[in-house]
Amino acid sequence: MDFTEHDSLAEFRKAATAWADEHVDPAWVDLEHTTGTHHNPELHALLGAQGLLGAGWPAQYGGTDVDPAYALAVFQEIGARGLRMDGWVTTEMVARTILHVATEEAKQEIVPAALRGEVVIVLGYTEPGSGSDVAAAKMRAVRDGDEWVVNGSKMFTSTAHMATHVFLLTRTNTEVSKHKGLTLLLARLDDPGVEVQPVHTLGGQRTNATFYSDVRVPDTLRIGDVDGGWGVMRVALVHERGTATAPGGPTLVEQVAAWARSAPGADGAPLLDDPTVAEQLARLAIDEEVGRLLGLKVRWVASTGGMPGIEGSMQKLHSSEAEQRRVDVLTDLLGEQALLAGDAGPLHGAVEWALRKAPVSTIYGGSSEVMREIVAERRLGLPRSRPIG
Amino acid sequence: MDLSLTEDQQALRGSVAELFEKQATPERVRAAEAVGHDAALWRVLVQSGIPTMGVAEELGGGGATVSDLVVVAIEAGRRVAPVVLPEVLTAAALLAGPAAGADLLAGVGEGTVLPTVALRPLRDGTAGPVAGAAVADVVVALDGEELVVLSRREGVAVEPLPDLGGAAIAEVSTAVWSQRLVLATGDEARRAHADAVSLWRVLTAAALEGLRQEALRIGVDYVKDRHAFGVPIAWFQTVQHRLADLATAGDGAELLVHEAAWARDAGSVKAAALARMALLFAGETAFATAAASLHFHGGYGYTLEYDIQLYYRRAKAWQLALGAPRYELRALAADLFAGEAA
Ligand SMILES: Cc1cc2nc3c(=O)[nH]c(=O)nc-3n(C[C@H](O)[C@H](O)[C@H](O)COP(=O)(O)OP(=O)(O)OC[C@H]3O[C@@H](n4cnc5c(N)ncnc54)[C@H](O)[C@@H]3O)c2cc1C
Repeated sequence: MDFTEHDSLAEFRKAATAWADEHVDPAWVDLEHTTGTHHNPELHALLGAQGLLGAGWPAQYGGTDVDPAYALAVFQEIGARGLRMDGWVTTEMVARTILHVATEEAKQEIVPAALRGEVVIVLGYTEPGSGSDVAAAKMRAVRDGDEWVVNGSKMFTSTAHMATHVFLLTRTNTEVSKHKGLTLLLARLDDPGVEVQPVHTLGGQRTNATFYSDVRVPDTLRIGDVDGGWGVMRVALVHERGTATAPGGPTLVEQVAAWARSAPGADGAPLLDDPTVAEQLARLAIDEEVGRLLGLKVRWVASTGGMPGIEGSMQKLHSSEAEQRRVDVLTDLLGEQALLAGDAGPLHGAVEWALRKAPVSTIYGGSSEVMREIVAERRLGLPRSRPIG
Repeated sequence: MDLSLTEDQQALRGSVAELFEKQATPERVRAAEAVGHDAALWRVLVQSGIPTMGVAEELGGGGATVSDLVVVAIEAGRRVAPVVLPEVLTAAALLAGPAAGADLLAGVGEGTVLPTVALRPLRDGTAGPVAGAAVADVVVALDGEELVVLSRREGVAVEPLPDLGGAAIAEVSTAVWSQRLVLATGDEARRAHADAVSLWRVLTAAALEGLRQEALRIGVDYVKDRHAFGVPIAWFQTVQHRLADLATAGDGAELLVHEAAWARDAGSVKAAALARMALLFAGETAFATAAASLHFHGGYGYTLEYDIQLYYRRAKAWQLALGAPRYELRALAADLFAGEAA
């Protein structure tokens, strides 16, 4: 047992801060808030051009010699400054899946360009009629020579308005059971048959509904076997869960604790002097440490060549449920101050905003119920409770 | 970062797991409940060098790291072994510090001295209920400015107190424990005691973690086997989801226990805070798991015949030996949040 992972990161922390001071425009944070777009094309292009996106990837597919620990430190620093990199997060998931399952031609066409920051890929799994039951997708893809012709619609196609490609879960066979007729295609979003409509959310994030009529995808951009899409999804979903790197900098609990050291409570004394406040914050700190450790385990399993499917589900389940416990406690702790948004509130309204965005964490990326089923079936060996179909 | 046990630790785990499985069967656990101590098991532990395994080799101990001790405590916890192992290991660590403890430490190694530790400092001559004190020969305690070893005069008996977890509890007061040997004084005494209690937190967290793993296994096996409405109760989603939540928290507890041990071995500045976190979270998770596991046994879980009640009671009892968790939480908040400048 050796939990020293932060030492190599610590070395790079200073360099990462310097990088962000030089390159990150503070106005980008406001831009992200007003647009709800969790992707900054300027930043993304820069990260690609400087080889940060390609850190740690195989050289034959465009990997660079930038140290992955340095790249991680930079990403965490970007997160600490309040910017999200959803475009890279989804691109990375799909690129990893491509390396696992796609043809050499597809790997060469997509992965190096993705690592240079030129290709941005978003996820097209969810449809208006299917989310948790992702294998129930109805989007049709029909073969026409060397191409596939795609018709249907996708819901919650986040970042599609900023991306070049969408990773589409399509139905290529209606004669077989639902898991057996699926195929993944990588479609271009600038195809004239694609329409992207904004969808606005409680946490401020803009996502999209996307519509596809006779969109053509070359067979070379089919990812995995025809009708073998469920196997591809199992790989892709593992890359989705538990892989999120926490932003660097103080956590929300640490920020509130620092604030509570001087902010007066109802009796005029600092809030942190109130033992019930101290107890609640300590409890939340334990939750955060547990979440951090579960994330460490995911990375450790992955780094030793394993597929952290169960561990990733556990991490996702724990951290999303913990987030909701946390915002509930923190808003109550701040009382009337928690009502104030933006610069009107303490910590620039971080707690008010946290309450708005918390609900989504247990829904997207596989809901808590779906995560629990994975843990119940695969870790505990309990029987499948869902209807088979 | 390497989250796996070393080869030596795996071997250690294998041998202690076998030892406790054979020597701490549910029958033996039940038989020892009234006294809270299984003397035959204790002798086997002494033969294996376990009571002093954390003591430096120069002092006649096994030179084990805290991470190694955690491996042993997890296996003891898994079988709810009827010995107060965290207390014994902690007391041995305290005796190993000052020269004055040397003879007693040798006695612990030979099995002639059974030690325990008073986790709370004496106040007005009493430390309140102390686990192991009903069977111990000596109690290491902090009394004001002094770290002392308390013992009884020839012929003075202790009164065992009936308790929740069968932990050989007795009140430790200087009226009964009237003989004292001073190990250290002043800051040195306070520091040694605080550090030992921190070690106890890690070891007790480890024991709770072993208990938790077995409580979960018992529950999972039961729900796969028991049928209702024509299906195994494991088929019901509410059963599955509660067990999945507990398994998830359990992975977290396991990691936190190992991290706390690692932090002590590495001399990390976070060691004290992580020890508190480990105890609080391992305790909470162990109790939630044992309680759910008992619940999913239905009425049978409430009978004394099934083993899960043994786990349910100890899951709460082991942690509370230190006192109410709210004090731990407040102290943790001070560790974490008070240090930095406002
Ligand atoms: C902001 C946002 C961004 C998103 N981004 C993307 C994206 O980029 N790409 C993409 O493809 N998708 C995206 N999603 C979609 C997301 O993955 C789905 O919302 C999610 O999978 C749930 O599907 P659903 O919304 O259809 O809910 P449903 O599947 O209808 O679920 C409704 C409720 O039923 C519960 N439920 C479902 N099945 C079970 C079961 N077996 N047992 C018990 N309870 C069950 C769920 O847990 C949930 O609480 C995004 C969603 C949001 C909100």
